[in-house]
Amino acid sequence: MSTTTETRRITTAKAMAEGIGLEMQRDPNVFVMGEDVGAYGGIFGSTTDLFGEFGADRVIDTPISETGFIGAGIGAAVEGLRPVVELMFVDFYGVCMDQISNHMAKIHYESGGNVKVPMVLMTATGGGYSDAAQHSQCLWGTFAHLPGMKVVVPSNPYDAKGLMISAIQDDNPVMYMFHKGGQGLVWMEKNPRSIGEVPEESYTVPIGKAAIAKEGSDVTIVTLSLSVQHSLDVAEELEAEGISVEVVDLRSLVPLDKETVLESVGKTGRVLVVDEDYKSFGLTGEIAAIIAETDPGLLKKPFSRLAVPDVPIPYARPMEYGILPTRDKIKAAVKDLMA
Amino acid sequence: MGELDRLAMYTQMVRIRQYESRIMQEYHADKSPAWDIGAGLIPGEMHLAAGQEPAAVGVCAHLKKGDAITAPHRPHHFALAHGVDMNKMTAEIYGRTGGLCKGKGGHMHLFDPENHFSCSGIIAQGLPVACGQALAFQRKGTDNVAIAVTGEGAANQGAFHESLNLAAVWDLPVIFVIEDNDWAISVPKDASTAGASNADRAAGYGMPGVRVEDNDVEAMYEAAGAAIDRARAGDGPSLIEIHTLRLFGHFEGDAQAYRPELATVNERDPIPKYAATLQELGELTDDQIASIQADADAEVDAAIEFAKASPEPAPEDALLHVFA
Ligand SMILES: Cc1ncc(C[n+]2csc(CCOP(=O)(O)OP(=O)(O)O)c2C)c(N)n1
Ligand SMILES: [Mg+2]
Repeated sequence: MSTTTETRRITTAKAMAEGIGLEMQRDPNVFVMGEDVGAYGGIFGSTTDLFGEFGADRVIDTPISETGFIGAGIGAAVEGLRPVVELMFVDFYGVCMDQISNHMAKIHYESGGNVKVPMVLMTATGGGYSDAAQHSQCLWGTFAHLPGMKVVVPSNPYDAKGLMISAIQDDNPVMYMFHKGGQGLVWMEKNPRSIGEVPEESYTVPIGKAAIAKEGSDVTIVTLSLSVQHSLDVAEELEAEGISVEVVDLRSLVPLDKETVLESVGKTGRVLVVDEDYKSFGLTGEIAAIIAETDPGLLKKPFSRLAVPDVPIPYARPMEYGILPTRDKIKAAVKDLMA
Repeated sequence: MGELDRLAMYTQMVRIRQYESRIMQEYHADKSPAWDIGAGLIPGEMHLAAGQEPAAVGVCAHLKKGDAITAPHRPHHFALAHGVDMNKMTAEIYGRTGGLCKGKGGHMHLFDPENHFSCSGIIAQGLPVACGQALAFQRKGTDNVAIAVTGEGAANQGAFHESLNLAAVWDLPVIFVIEDNDWAISVPKDASTAGASNADRAAGYGMPGVRVEDNDVEAMYEAAGAAIDRARAGDGPSLIEIHTLRLFGHFEGDAQAYRPELATVNERDPIPKYAATLQELGELTDDQIASIQADADAEVDAAIEFAKASPEPAPEDALLHVFA
């Protein structure tokens, strides 16, 4: 690896697109389809420049027919192609969930393992910019709940590229759920962590392995996606106040890296789970269950969680920020654990 | 069908245009220097309907109390033409407690039960709801109708076809209005839609389908009048596709690099065209043009002032209204 490639910094969006592009170069079976993925480059930049490089034959703009083109992705995958399909916002899952849940995710199992569906369904998640109840959800817990699909949730450019390449090479259907606020888009407020060092060459990040985004000894924050960026900001601030926070970036929900979570919690004895998805019946409860099933004695303080309090995402900024897991709320929750 | 009132239609188009133009200014006013979609007095996505006034005005000229509309993500023109209160709608767009939805909904989720008006940001998903409103009118024995509005891109969504079939098989008093503005974000109609006219698709469901060319408000008025009369008489649904014009970007901030006909967009503006037609007919004077514009300016400015004066919601208000 040369020095120039090591120091090159790009956005998460560009890193995703680069991962797809490298796989398209390597494997002629890989192609992309979705709404506005062509000349526009994806509304959230996930297919930036791919149309210019590969043309309309391999980067296909679809009609607004999600059941149709996601189903077509499944069919193409079954016949041995490797489609990367985009559902523009995860919130639109309602119009195509049968293809996703009853077909994409179940065919391998139903066929007794005889039929593979090697496709990637990438989709934008998350709020924070007043796009209101139908365009701001995370919903990864919903997909993770349904058996048969891997669920990837990158938090930074390096992982975004490596996880994309792993997802395309995976023989299983992979939901690749990226956060709009973490894409590094020029037209949206962004954390500097949305731009980072990314090698130019191809590499993989394994699906199912969490990362210790920051080491610490007092409290573990288990989190994912954009909330990793917020949690790292908070952890750095608290460091100055003498609180040592360990941040576990799950990177995928399915498979879930329980070992890394339990190891960290065992070390600190205090855990906060931060999730931008709805609170009940989701990731936060799942992590609590895993700890309780393994050894409730791991915790010195009661389990703590921060998630969207079971309301749709409201439009007006004061209300939206009232329910999102913001840095202030993360910080307060960590301090409560230390009190 | 009532009497054609050209001056009223012109006035309504000017009013809507003034609204969309001012919202555009307001939307961009405080998003610089680093343009941030989530910043400013009006945050979030903003889909404006400038250029599409003939669709809304031609239809709504026939509507009466109790008639329903479901609009898509680009809803302002139909809302205003249908009598939704401009002040409350504007306050909603500003996310204020005095808004139609107390700041919960925003520009893509305007709900006005008094006028049976709603919209949805999920493509084509207002159509089944319009069918349901029409079903309610049918069961209650009123002669009210439901108008289901979508873009041409939405006509390739499953819910579109399910709704047409449902409306036809149940003879529902619903009128499907398709605004063909040539584009679904960056995707041109011919790249997404089999067949040049969605009006032809109506035949597959056994209902009348009309295509209105040239963004012509009077032709739209005629087509809508016939469809609405038919529905009120209990003779079932119809479909109208109007070839209209997206004067602005898909949403504000859209650079439209994908759009080859961008240079001629302003020449195709339907409002100066209609003004010229009315002047030729001797039905509109220069003084009237000026006073209609002045009235629209004043009304819209007052609505924006109303919105800005309305209090912001408190963070904990987010927890209200999940259940009745
Ligand atoms: C089910 C669903 N898919 C995709 C979108 C994203 N989207 C919003 S507007 C739009 C284009 C709509 O085009 P058209 O129906 O022609 O309406 P126009 O914007 O031109 O008024 C798309 C794809 C959505 N909101 N819902
Ligand atoms: Mg359109």
